[in-house]
Amino acid sequence: MNNHPDTIHTAKTPVAENKKTASVRTMDIVAKGLARRYKAEKRFRLYGLCAIFLSMVFLSILFISIIANGYTAFQQTFVQLDIYLDPDTIDAQALNDANYHAMVKNSLRAMFPEVKTRSHKRKLYGMVSTGAAYQLQDFVRKNQQLIGSVILLWVPADDDVDMLIKGHIPRNVPETERRIKDVQLSWIDRLQEQNRLKKRFNTTFFTAGDSREPELAGILGAVTGSFYTLIVTLLLSFPVGVATAVYLEEFAPKNRWTDIIEVNINNLAAVPSIVYGLLGLAVFLNFFGLPRSVPLVGGFVLTLMTLPTIIIASRAALKSVPPSIREAALGVGASKTQMVVHHVLPLALPGMLTGTIIGMAQALGETAPLLMIGMVAFIVDIPGGFTDPSTVLPVQIFLWADSPERAFLERTSAAIMVLLAFLVTMNAVAVFLRKKFERRW
Amino acid sequence: MSSYNLLLVLLMLTAGGYFLGRRRAFAVADASGRGRHILHSRPTYYGSLAALWCALPALAVFCFWRIFESHVITHLVIGGLPPDMQNLPADRLGLVINDIRNLVFGHIVPEEISPAIQAAAAHYTRLKTISHAALAVIVTTFAIVGILWVQKIISPKLRARNHVENTVKYLLIACSTIAIFTTIGIVLSVLYEAIRFFKIVPFHEFVFGLDWSPQMAIRADQVGSSGAFGAIPVFMGTLLISAIAMCVAVPVGLMSAIYLSEYADKRFRAVAKPLLEILAGIPTVVYGFFAALVVAPLIRSAGVSFGLDVSSESALAAGLVMGIMIIPFVSSLSDDVINAVPQSLRDGALGLGSTHSETVRLVVLPAALPGIVGGVLLAVSRAIGETMIVVMAAGLAANMTVNPLKTVTTVTVQIVTLLVGDQEFDSPKTLAAFALGLMLFVITLILNVIALVVVRKYREQYE
Repeated sequence: MNNHPDTIHTAKTPVAENKKTASVRTMDIVAKGLARRYKAEKRFRLYGLCAIFLSMVFLSILFISIIANGYTAFQQTFVQLDIYLDPDTIDAQALNDANYHAMVKNSLRAMFPEVKTRSHKRKLYGMVSTGAAYQLQDFVRKNQQLIGSVILLWVPADDDVDMLIKGHIPRNVPETERRIKDVQLSWIDRLQEQNRLKKRFNTTFFTAGDSREPELAGILGAVTGSFYTLIVTLLLSFPVGVATAVYLEEFAPKNRWTDIIEVNINNLAAVPSIVYGLLGLAVFLNFFGLPRSVPLVGGFVLTLMTLPTIIIASRAALKSVPPSIREAALGVGASKTQMVVHHVLPLALPGMLTGTIIGMAQALGETAPLLMIGMVAFIVDIPGGFTDPSTVLPVQIFLWADSPERAFLERTSAAIMVLLAFLVTMNAVAVFLRKKFERRW
Repeated sequence: MSSYNLLLVLLMLTAGGYFLGRRRAFAVADASGRGRHILHSRPTYYGSLAALWCALPALAVFCFWRIFESHVITHLVIGGLPPDMQNLPADRLGLVINDIRNLVFGHIVPEEISPAIQAAAAHYTRLKTISHAALAVIVTTFAIVGILWVQKIISPKLRARNHVENTVKYLLIACSTIAIFTTIGIVLSVLYEAIRFFKIVPFHEFVFGLDWSPQMAIRADQVGSSGAFGAIPVFMGTLLISAIAMCVAVPVGLMSAIYLSEYADKRFRAVAKPLLEILAGIPTVVYGFFAALVVAPLIRSAGVSFGLDVSSESALAAGLVMGIMIIPFVSSLSDDVINAVPQSLRDGALGLGSTHSETVRLVVLPAALPGIVGGVLLAVSRAIGETMIVVMAAGLAANMTVNPLKTVTTVTVQIVTLLVGDQEFDSPKTLAAFALGLMLFVITLILNVIALVVVRKYREQYE
């Protein structure tokens, strides 16, 4: 605006003539430009608002798409079967030997007696989950007195049926483009008329480990793995992080060595997480020969990764404790260690805890380094300790996201919702701690 | 005794040592007949000294033992094998040892097991039991001897506080060196494998090669498995995706930072800032899922409706979502530097009659520029090192292209694909991942150092 060629030209010439008219003219020039400048001002403001608005739009699209895809996973379609517990085939002494698959199949055949051809039979059997037989087995083991009678049992439907009921498989496309065939559609309609199909809360999702069958897959295994991994991370990174921060802030002399440590910590904070995975693979697995896929090693790797975060937050917390506290403690005869342990640490602890929780949230969401140390295996069992093979929640999400089944898509989204719920809780606790114990000196 | 139980016992011994030490201090003071105040330190320090002497040596022995246990046992078991098996080539021997281990730990084993392996497994189990028992005995002995020794030396003149404080100080120093060991560990582990890689594939071929196809032929007559390790296409892909990400993140992040720090009132700021930071807290695997599931199909269908040929794993989708991820990073760093610009500069500009936006554009931004550049560099290093988004949304094919609608691959994607699953550490395919990791580490390190230097220089100007 000032350096606009017109402005310079018209501003220079009048100076030579009359001072009074010149000043009027300058005002005119300014006034002439004002409208344009105010418009530019408004535009600039608008850009800023747009940028924030855009970020919010991204955020809401992200959340909406995940919730829209995932909320249906909290329900699962069940089929009601009448099953005759034939005392001839079930031996009360050897309950595990009975052919429960056959019993489920018999019950389905009895419901649809008109199904005769082999391919139709296979389609019919495919409508209930393979988990039905195991559920039946459990049921019989618990209710042995019912052997010999006909029982009504709700068993999970196959994931394709589930998807159809939830409307993820459209009915009005040609049969060849749909995983549910026309015959199966007619059976499903009949089941619905008889009230033998219903949606229930999907408890399997919260109580089972991973599975190849979407309707039997759950997140408990991954959540347990995450839990063990985080415990290791917390137990190692909190004491070590706090100790490092205390040393650097309170004890360390200002010299080359401490400078090196400081620069190191700042650099480590910005090293890509996957490099920590390479470190874990080369050092913990290859050099020390620790087992693959275990929470212990995962915890080690995540500890190294979160340490810089915790150290930096803890140092900030220590810095915010005013020197007067230290001087007072030293003045009444406390040793330096006593001053730190008795006075400085308690005041800095809330800040350190906040930093630690944020570091833990980071560790909980981290995936890449854990892929490197083999926590990406398909593990059905729920891990029972720090050295059981396991996976973690984000890796489970990654694994499921790769699966082609439509039903895994909604389970992936649901697992993401669970993960985000954990993260939100942790961050909320951190914010609460900060608000509650924040002290201005 | 299992490790958990052993550690539990050690913990109890430590607690016991603490109380014994304290009691001993009292007893010594009372016995002297001149009252408890003649003790040099407060009684808790005598207790702590006993606890430290109980726990630290025992823990050191425990860790040392556990690290070397399996190496030693394996070595002994190999020594016990029949000579014809001992003389097998190294890889066959490794298989035999695997079989023995599987047998010991009750994993699935092949059907027919030779009696020699069976015997070796029994030997292994026996050695393991002996080792565990010995460890338990040694650790408890160390702990008890530590307690007893401190009991013996406790006297009113013992400077227990100084000893404890010194030990604590050395422990603190030890903790602070972990950061250095981590860096050394990263450099050594990556460098070691990378050097092995460069022995097979020359360095210049890796850095300047134009062809990347790491699949090695397993059989000699296999088709399409040349095993070319030219990293240029991989780096091109990384740069392309990072560039797209920065195109999204820098304008949006910078403008939001300017609006938040210069225009927004307190209430708006209190709402918008945490919302922006939510974007930073979302795990990258979620962004990856979002990119692969929502953004990529959207871009593809949009491109198809314009008659463009869009790959389903386009660089654009990955870059766009990565940009969204980095927005809060750029905005919070810029926010900091903009707030650090002294108010007097703004007041001066406003006093001369410039509008608010002119003040920001012509005075505040130039003053904050070094800091913003530093922040952007840090953001670039994050984009280059970001893994999950590109693993899930970008492709594997190493194309040399700058067309954002095509599939490209990145350094991190290649590292993950080469290393997930079973690896053999003598094939260049596995080692290539470490060479890529080395490049990644060096590049991000350089970016970080430059960024930190730039930011520090700028700070000195106004303080």
